[in-house]
Amino acid sequence: MAALLQVEGLKAFYGPSEALHGVSFTLDQGGITTILGANGAGKTTTLRALVGMVRREGKVILDGKPIDRLTTEKITRLGVAHVPEGRGTFTGLSVDENLRIAAYTRNDKQGIKDDLDRVFSYFPRLKERISQQAGTLSGGEQQMLAIARALMLRPRLMLLDEPSFGLAPLIVQEIFRIMRLINTEAKVSVLLVEQNASLALELANEAYVLETGNVVMSGPAVEVKNNEGIRRSYLGY
Amino acid sequence: MEQLLQQIASGLANGAIYACVALALVMIFAATDHLNFAQGEMAMFSTYLCWQLMQWGLGFWTSLVIAAAVSFVIGVLIERIILRPLAGASALSVVVVFIGLLAIFHSLAGAIWSHTIKSFPSPFPDVSFAGSGIIGPHQIGMIVVTLLLLLSLFMFFTFTKLGLAMRAAAQNPVSARLVGVNVDWMLALGWGLAAAIGAVAGAMVAPVVYLEPNMMASILLYGFAGALVGGISSPGGAVFGGFMVGVLENLVAYFGNLTEKMFGVYVIGNGEKLSVALIIVVTILTLKPAGLFGRVITKRV
Repeated sequence: MAALLQVEGLKAFYGPSEALHGVSFTLDQGGITTILGANGAGKTTTLRALVGMVRREGKVILDGKPIDRLTTEKITRLGVAHVPEGRGTFTGLSVDENLRIAAYTRNDKQGIKDDLDRVFSYFPRLKERISQQAGTLSGGEQQMLAIARALMLRPRLMLLDEPSFGLAPLIVQEIFRIMRLINTEAKVSVLLVEQNASLALELANEAYVLETGNVVMSGPAVEVKNNEGIRRSYLGY
Repeated sequence: MEQLLQQIASGLANGAIYACVALALVMIFAATDHLNFAQGEMAMFSTYLCWQLMQWGLGFWTSLVIAAAVSFVIGVLIERIILRPLAGASALSVVVVFIGLLAIFHSLAGAIWSHTIKSFPSPFPDVSFAGSGIIGPHQIGMIVVTLLLLLSLFMFFTFTKLGLAMRAAAQNPVSARLVGVNVDWMLALGWGLAAAIGAVAGAMVAPVVYLEPNMMASILLYGFAGALVGGISSPGGAVFGGFMVGVLENLVAYFGNLTEKMFGVYVIGNGEKLSVALIIVVTILTLKPAGLFGRVITKRV
């Protein structure tokens, strides 16, 4: 499998302080990779650095093209959809408007319509709530909407930040089931950041474990899962 | 009775202008959380541009369209050149810049066109018709033009992709970037639109208040009042607030005159219009701090 994303020595900064100390990893085309680690390990920061939401240094290459100097909106246009921590709902807009604005960069009317239909087939609940103000949706529905918005960009790579955060286990399972569908059917590669390590390792093929801004272990998800030491010291279960 | 209707009608006409100014303020506030104190002077400057074009022989509407277009460009440039570098600055620095802009436009207009009061033609024919005792043709024109402007803005923001992008950028800039919206340009467009709205408001009100560098000073105050009463976060509320303040100030004067006539005591009159309007504003804001239609914004900490 060819590498879709190559990251080398990625550093990220909040103001003058360095939060990520040179992280390197590669992401396979079509795969699901997860970044694990405790609070403050730099998982969210890694995703933010990839799409240029924080000041960063280092090399990020998407499909052979360096993207580490591009603005967030340009990276988005290249097919990287970031589903941010906290879901990033446009609370004052309707569900429909949330989805339409996500297709802002596209001009293929038919394609947009097809993608909208597909999004509704994944998340029928959003269709029921189409004209509702997005801020009034439940947490789970907003998470679905956030993934749906990302899909409307027709991305090659989806970055998912803590999709399980604050949600009931049943909803989390539903969302993870659909993420698998999105990966296999829509051929979207996924980079998943999760606190819930056991869940993430079930879904992912590859895993990286972060500790305070550094990669401390990487490998196939099964290996990480079966590594007792890593599991106890970093993943907490 | 006729006098009362007259006062309400002229209140609506003035209110239309306040509504425009309020909307221009809201447009920038919604996206940046800053109140543009220079909005009035920018509108005044645009009105002078319009006047100058008419002096050069162009018709009223052509001049207005060109002046609005030029104002749009000036608005965009102000955002890109002056405010962009201040993106992370404190609110106070931005306020100082706004006051600086106010002073600049004020003295620029005075320097170019002098401080003497000029008359400004009305584009509407001075005809009399049934009911023209209650409302004059220019007042009707002001209301109609404003309503058309508001309607087209509403259509723009509701039904076009660009309008949706501007709303999205104002509401949640981070998420807007994540769907590929160029948020910086959306802010600049917002400034441009606000300046263009100001140009229309200025040209509509100039035949009434005459053209001079101070023409927008009290109008900006009423505009602020309208925006605050309606809810500074709500465009529809700001428009309503503008009309409401316009009618209120006239009613205050009307009932003041009435009491004076009936009881021979002077309580309130034309001179206190602005004060009473502002007292009402303060009262409403005390009772409902977010304005009549504003949302209370709660922040997670």
